[in-house]
Amino acid sequence: MSDKYEHYYVPEQSPWPIVGAVALFMIAFGAGNYVNEVTKDQPGYGGYLLLAGIATLIFMLVGWFRNVIDESMNGLYSKQMDRSFRQCMSWFIFSEVMFFAAFFGALFYARIIAIPWLDGAGNNASTAAVLWPAFEAAWPLLKTPGGTETQAMPWQGLPLYNTIILLVSSVTLHFAHTALEQNKRGQLKLMLGLTILLGAGFLYLQVVEYIHAYQDLGLKLDSGVYGNTFFLLTGFHGLHVTLGAVFLLVMFLRIVLKNHFTPHKHFAFQAAAWYWHFVDVVWLCLFVFVYVL
Amino acid sequence: MSTVTTDPHAHAEHEHHGPAKGLKRWLYTTNHKDIGTLYLLFSLLMFFIGGAMAMVIRAELFQPGLQIVEPNFFNQMTTVHGLIMVFGAVMPAFTGLANWLIPMMIGAPDMALPRMNNWSFWILPFAFSILLASLFMEGGGPSFGWTFYAPLSTTYSNDSTALFVFSVHIMGISSIMGAINVIVTIMNLRAPGMTYMKMPLFVWTWFITAYLLIAVMPVLAGVVTMVLTDKYFGTSFFDAAGGGDPVLFQHIFWFFGHPEVYIMILPAFGIISSIVPTFARKPLFGYASMVYATSSIALLSFLVWAHHMFTTGMPVAAELFFMYCTMLIAVPTGVKVFNWVATMWRGAMTFEVPMMFSLAFIVLFTIGGFSGLMLAITPADFQYHDTYFVVAHFHYVLVTGAIFSIMAAAYYWLPKWTGHMYDETLGQWHFWCSLISVNVLFFPMHFVGLAGMPRRIPDYALQFADFNALISIGGFAFGLSQLLFVALVVKCIKGGEKATDQVWEGAEGLEWTIPSPAPYHSFTTPPEVK
Repeated sequence: MSDKYEHYYVPEQSPWPIVGAVALFMIAFGAGNYVNEVTKDQPGYGGYLLLAGIATLIFMLVGWFRNVIDESMNGLYSKQMDRSFRQCMSWFIFSEVMFFAAFFGALFYARIIAIPWLDGAGNNASTAAVLWPAFEAAWPLLKTPGGTETQAMPWQGLPLYNTIILLVSSVTLHFAHTALEQNKRGQLKLMLGLTILLGAGFLYLQVVEYIHAYQDLGLKLDSGVYGNTFFLLTGFHGLHVTLGAVFLLVMFLRIVLKNHFTPHKHFAFQAAAWYWHFVDVVWLCLFVFVYVL
Repeated sequence: MSTVTTDPHAHAEHEHHGPAKGLKRWLYTTNHKDIGTLYLLFSLLMFFIGGAMAMVIRAELFQPGLQIVEPNFFNQMTTVHGLIMVFGAVMPAFTGLANWLIPMMIGAPDMALPRMNNWSFWILPFAFSILLASLFMEGGGPSFGWTFYAPLSTTYSNDSTALFVFSVHIMGISSIMGAINVIVTIMNLRAPGMTYMKMPLFVWTWFITAYLLIAVMPVLAGVVTMVLTDKYFGTSFFDAAGGGDPVLFQHIFWFFGHPEVYIMILPAFGIISSIVPTFARKPLFGYASMVYATSSIALLSFLVWAHHMFTTGMPVAAELFFMYCTMLIAVPTGVKVFNWVATMWRGAMTFEVPMMFSLAFIVLFTIGGFSGLMLAITPADFQYHDTYFVVAHFHYVLVTGAIFSIMAAAYYWLPKWTGHMYDETLGQWHFWCSLISVNVLFFPMHFVGLAGMPRRIPDYALQFADFNALISIGGFAFGLSQLLFVALVVKCIKGGEKATDQVWEGAEGLEWTIPSPAPYHSFTTPPEVK
């Protein structure tokens, strides 16, 4: 028998997964109905079901993670379990990368293929002549073939500030990590707190930017493929920043309130950090391909 | 119900306890065997629900003209039949087999993340309840085909689209978590001495399948999200008037969709590679080449998606690229078929039901592969596209391919799961009825397809009437034959001849070293693999 397996931990029965499945059911069924109700202005219960589902999911996550944290703090996890968690988190982040890849793919396709073709590129001269002869290919697409007009979001200003903010937050998070490894708890709290504040600042500026887009630029979700890709990419990214910030906040509370994590054992902190760096990298791609180029 | 044990040593005493009693056992379980059973039973139920829809389709197509269902309902049946069979029957069946078998095959006590495993399963019944419930909505359920091409799913779809989108989202979450669990289990929990190149091929093929799942399920989530915003929130990803392109939908969908079809066949290769050596009483021929072939197929699967859309408008260079890449897949697949045949060469063969299904798999899957090669040839595909020839092709690879391999696996491992031998006579009846009816069902589809009968249409020209009546008879016979399987499984669970540990004379592998039925917890102490 190998030492590697001595403390293998098979958890006993747990109620949390089924609670999570019910929560996802309520979210999916609620959202499915809510979308119809909102877009058709019908009364219905979809929104409430969606909210109840989200509440149940949060309840489940709190309960489940409390279990896991208790088990971890009680030393039930072996090195092998630690590796399992690490690999699980890495592959989860990889799946997120692929999710963003779908939207970046749509962006590239629209820019490189769809829009030039609508203007007659390649062997599509008759397509352009028959469909929208007046259409001219351009990126950002300020006037769609159908005639919707918008203004482009410049990269200078808010987006640039946001890029700097997010880059700095990755650096502060790295300092927090080294502080944790060197057991400098004060610096850890300071740097982690700063990272979360920078994240919140980023989100705030993003909201300001959205308001600016809608009110001043006429750049909306339905302003053609430029607006679509802009809002869906930055929107999903914003959602991930929110999740990452909540993730970091939980780590902060665990450090401040419960004094969790040691220089050698802090996987949850590391997972949150990986996630944050991942969100940061996505933003850099966004900044380059959505704003600058 | 506390899962927290404060003393790590107190926990060790619990390790050999049996299953909990009643419903709680199944709702709260963290046991890979329980979860595997749940997946398998769920997939069997979905197989019959999706099958019932196929029966509706075949009843309508029994004669030309419209007699039984409205065209709109016919479309819902083709759509939901496809969705259920892909996401509800084949994928969960393979995941169920993975859950049952991978820990036993690599000498692990359980899956690496047992609670997440339970969550992955229990999402599925809810996701499919939503999908099925949407059929009863005003305006009906999804009717745009399982491939939900834009603008059918955006401009022209009904209100159930949102429910469809969100149910696909949670199915995706389930698949991704399941796949991560498989990868982590294989990377971390192999018994000492179980190196990668000693793993049974079923483990290898699932390992590679899991990577495909993690890579493409998020892309599916992305594309359904775009459908949702296009339909409800005025975006124009797939609308040329806004600068988008309906063809973009097909690119993103098939970037998911082509690896997806290998997700549904690679584990089947693993199953066949386990069964054939047992009944040929020879080790698998070319183990390493099988591993490399599987990996090449997986890699190539990312480079061939546009062969589903040769007729939708692409530059000739792209058509050629995708044509040649597609034909390249025949090479590693040919390696596999060669290896299976070479394994049987001069073997001491016997023909129990698992072997019969495996042999049928090898022959019929190869036929499906060959019709795939015909479809891969771009100029020929211009003729075959969207005809019954395509339907014949993918049913040969999915029914006589994936489903037959699942049947083979069920027969092969049932004695290990239940502790009883199944009824061999009943099993042979099931096999022969299935084999004959499935060919009556799908083989004539090649002919009507080549003659130009379009797919997904509830009516057809008179000259196709005879073949369609024959196809429908085959369909009903195949559907009824599957009831024999249910009877056999029930009988096998209830009793029967005691199975030995090894069950099959030529069986090799860790799962055959533990008692039959497999104890609730196996390999709590890892075996030493030499």
